[in-house]
Amino acid sequence: MQMRTIEIVVGAFMLAGLISLGILATRISGFNVDGETNTYTVYASFENVSGLTVRSKVSIAGVEVGQVAAIDYDRNRYDARVRMEIDGSVDNISVDSTAAILTEGLLGGKYIGLSIGAEDEFLEDGSEITDTQSAIILEELIGQFLLDQF
Amino acid sequence: MFAYLRLLGRQTLRLFATMGRAGRLWWMAIAHKPDPANFSLVVRQIYQLGVLSVVITVLSGFSIGAVLALQGYNQLVRYGSESALGLGVALVLVMEIGPVVSALLFAGRAGSAVTAEIGLMKATEQLTSMEMMGVDPLRRIVSPRLWAGFISMPLLAMMFSVVGIWGAALVGVEWLGVYEGAFWSTMSEGVDFVQHVLKGIIKSICFGLVVTWIAVFQGYDSEPTSEGIADATTRTVVFSSVSVLVLDFFLTLMMFNF
Repeated sequence: MQMRTIEIVVGAFMLAGLISLGILATRISGFNVDGETNTYTVYASFENVSGLTVRSKVSIAGVEVGQVAAIDYDRNRYDARVRMEIDGSVDNISVDSTAAILTEGLLGGKYIGLSIGAEDEFLEDGSEITDTQSAIILEELIGQFLLDQF
Repeated sequence: MFAYLRLLGRQTLRLFATMGRAGRLWWMAIAHKPDPANFSLVVRQIYQLGVLSVVITVLSGFSIGAVLALQGYNQLVRYGSESALGLGVALVLVMEIGPVVSALLFAGRAGSAVTAEIGLMKATEQLTSMEMMGVDPLRRIVSPRLWAGFISMPLLAMMFSVVGIWGAALVGVEWLGVYEGAFWSTMSEGVDFVQHVLKGIIKSICFGLVVTWIAVFQGYDSEPTSEGIADATTRTVVFSSVSVLVLDFFLTLMMFNF
């Protein structure tokens, strides 16, 4: 075969490989490069975060507006301190908003849902959400249910 | 008694000598500075080894993805968590089946051809005549094939995974009726680029290295007869398949501890 044809075909092969890498990176693994440029940090303390992980999503009205950046144990308050990175364009979350740990479906992953409050002041970089609602632990619920039966 | 002991000793020595020759071949072929004049040889070999393996790789990837979706769905639907199908199929394909199965296909499709080609060159004394003309067969024949395998293998493995996931989506979403949004979102949330995709790519690079190395060495080291070439081709497929599977276990073990 002609060298020129071979080179063209090999070029197409390399391109197909790179496109595959691109699909693996963006579509399949949700890898984003410019994720940290325009976000701001908000803290929230929860009594229990079981099941929540770093990179879990933070959503308002079911739409993803940020993600969990870190989860630490607060030694003095005996609770979990969650650091969230919220998208910079969502800058009108009022200070009295509620953060709740919710579950996607019955067995799905945990995420943080924000419900907007009524105040005119908005959350800024480094501020804290005080009104929080912990993760629902299925085992505790079942235990309570059984206890109520008897 | 001593005869058996001697047999054991001879086999051991032969094994180490073979490994030494294989190591030396690899080093001599790789250690040279890449010669720009040889670039077109590498391109030709990428065509021979990589491009001609695309069809078999893509076809197998599609069927494996489809069958994974089918099997996975039947199990997951019992727990009502068929939305995790995308995640399961993607993880299995990207980390394990993509690199391993495409390496096995590569060994059968391209490795055997390389061995037969080089073995025949040796049998017809083309390698010796090259040396006579002052052309180093390691640089002209062996090195381009090693580089081509090294470059082609990860590309083929990635194509395999992508097409497999596409096949799984086709079966899972279009046919079995898994909700499309859940299929893709659990996947992109659960699969991490560095943690999963990159590890799969590292695996496939190692496999590409090992398979082409075995193929080239078996051809170069074969008996220059018809039976010798037949034996060498068989050994290429057997050795590279086994070493891919064994190496996969150790690579997985190593990468999950980090």
